[in-house]
Amino acid sequence: MNYNWNWGVFFQETPDGGTFYWEMLVSGLGWTLAVSVVAWLIAMTVGAVVGTMRTLDGKAPVLFGHAWVELFRNIPLLVQMFLWYFVIPEFVPPLKHWMVNTEPVFAQFLSAVLCLGLFTSARIAEQVRAGIQSLPRGQRLAGSALGLTTWQSYRHVLLPMAFRIIIPPLTSETMNLIKNSSIALTIGLAELTFRARELGEYTFSFFEAFTAATLVYVVIAMSANRVMAHVERRVAVPGLIAAGGGGH
Amino acid sequence: MPMIEFKSVSKWYGSFQVLKDCTTKVEKGEVVVVCGPSGSGKSTLIKCVNALEPFQQGEIVVNGQSVGDKATNLPQLRSKIGMVFQHFELFPHMTVIENLNLAQVKVLGRGTEEATEKSRMLLKRVGMIDHAPKFPGQLSGGQQQRVAIARGLAMDPIAMLFDEPTSALDPEMINEVLDVMVELAHEGMTMMCVTHEMGFARKVAHRVIFMDRGEIVEDATKDEFFGTPRSERAQLFLSKILQH
Amino acid sequence: MNFDISIITNSLPYLWKGFQYTLELTVISAAGGLFFGTLLALARLSSIKGLQMTAAGYVNLMRSIPLVLVIFWFFFLVPLILQAITGAERPPQVGAERTAIITFIMFEAAYFCEIMRAGIQSIPRGQIHSSYALGLNYSQTMRLVILPQAFRNMLPVLLTQTIILFQDTSLVYVISATDFVGAAAKIAQRDSKLVEMYLFVALVYFILCFSLSLAVKQLQQKIAVIR
Repeated sequence: MNYNWNWGVFFQETPDGGTFYWEMLVSGLGWTLAVSVVAWLIAMTVGAVVGTMRTLDGKAPVLFGHAWVELFRNIPLLVQMFLWYFVIPEFVPPLKHWMVNTEPVFAQFLSAVLCLGLFTSARIAEQVRAGIQSLPRGQRLAGSALGLTTWQSYRHVLLPMAFRIIIPPLTSETMNLIKNSSIALTIGLAELTFRARELGEYTFSFFEAFTAATLVYVVIAMSANRVMAHVERRVAVPGLIAAGGGGH
Repeated sequence: MPMIEFKSVSKWYGSFQVLKDCTTKVEKGEVVVVCGPSGSGKSTLIKCVNALEPFQQGEIVVNGQSVGDKATNLPQLRSKIGMVFQHFELFPHMTVIENLNLAQVKVLGRGTEEATEKSRMLLKRVGMIDHAPKFPGQLSGGQQQRVAIARGLAMDPIAMLFDEPTSALDPEMINEVLDVMVELAHEGMTMMCVTHEMGFARKVAHRVIFMDRGEIVEDATKDEFFGTPRSERAQLFLSKILQH
Repeated sequence: MNFDISIITNSLPYLWKGFQYTLELTVISAAGGLFFGTLLALARLSSIKGLQMTAAGYVNLMRSIPLVLVIFWFFFLVPLILQAITGAERPPQVGAERTAIITFIMFEAAYFCEIMRAGIQSIPRGQIHSSYALGLNYSQTMRLVILPQAFRNMLPVLLTQTIILFQDTSLVYVISATDFVGAAAKIAQRDSKLVEMYLFVALVYFILCFSLSLAVKQLQQKIAVIR
């Protein structure tokens, strides 16, 4: 292959001086992580609420939960990103005003976080629902028999067990979220993949830049796996195979 | 020359020995019943005959060919030995007739017409001709097992292996399968059957092999076996099994 | 804010062209991805250690990096690889549209691999035994007995993955290929009609994907009954 290898590129200075190319990637990684963390918090919170709603007795909350999941699942994430950045502010004048006047990166960040957070919330809601429904029916009845309110049953009995059961799918949703955060580059957010491509375009060292980004993503994926496996062990309930405990 | 000959066959799963130095043989036209408590290695032994299970020591010779030999053409050898499984193992995505045709066409190279003719003849023989266009999922267990026997026979085998053919069946279906097997035995088919059906053994077996913990404990003619079993283990097993 | 519906009606022919490419990309990638994914699954389940590890490495790598980065990788690599194969003096001009097809086939192969692997593993071992006992060899056993069953059992999952693929193809936007979203974006930016175009695109995707997923759900219930 006719390709000029230049692995030293990361330690060259950028044209505007003062910084090195590797710092570009680090700053990109920073945005990737920042977007992922905030979006994850939104996704977990909203996902827990919506997932719970789908298991309630009332018709309205079930329908709402269903609509929520279907809405976010059936539109490409890229299009959702465009909606949050270009379209929704047009319908919310104060938001539009803020986005026009603030630094572009903050507007991009807000859109990306809302987009990824709510998109992922729909996927987590599905897992939460499945987790709750996999619990024996007797658990809910036992809660009621003790005089717990519906809210208390969920808070103290159902959700703690459901979340333990769904740790493996939550792990893969978390990784999906981190990977999906790269789509924020389409609205100009300079996250890791954005920076890798930029580095390639500046220096023509595409191979080196993409390799570096790939390695970083692989390391993130492996660490996320480790962290979640650790969490799974920490919260495992003794005597329950489904809750981990080294069963498989 | 025996049809199937086991020479000091031993097999291990990791460090656990499932077959210990097994030596016996099945002559042409002979019906041999293999029995023994669960986990005694009888299913493993019969699966070694057509190399569905590999073994580490000893030799098995089928119709003059050594099974463990690397030079042996396994598909060709297997196509000559019919096998019937505990859980039938018909192919659920194919109709009954397609189940019977498949290997005839793909392995023996018969034309579809020739294969179908053969299949229909055998289905008639096991009383399943009316079900030829059905899928296995639409049949009862006993019906499925009769189709499975026909599928094995369609290859014109030189011997048939039966691995607990009735133990997954509801009691009322056991006889319809045993009847087919008895008929087969009377026709002179060479058969090796792992089964707990002692009535079947009494009726048609020439020899009975009793296994326990991977060993062949008894290898006797039918009359010897049911008359005076020599080992305590076989006696215990028989008394348990004949109680009901 | 005025909602200008005429911009959509006026640009329908152009959008349709983009949509046709989206469909083409989806169908070819699903077929190619299923083919290579099945080969990968067989490799992952083979008893040959080297084959097993290579396939697993490929699948895990593809699944741990973002699709956008995969698209960039192939956009950069495909011309170089073709040049190396053909020995041409310069990297050939492949074009974003054709590069995208190669990219998605290779990317989806990793995901279809995992589905087919689960499907193959769900088939009882006795099916393999009975095929071997009839004298079928490995390739016949897989082709005639195991894979058809695995494929049938996994059909709903494969179709759901294809719906996801259908949505994911929109990411070819990042290499400026003109798919459905790409066509809409070009008009939206040219005429400053972002609200209309993007809402229209979202609506079309939603209606299609929602009805398709309903159809898959029905199919799933039908299969559940047959089994």
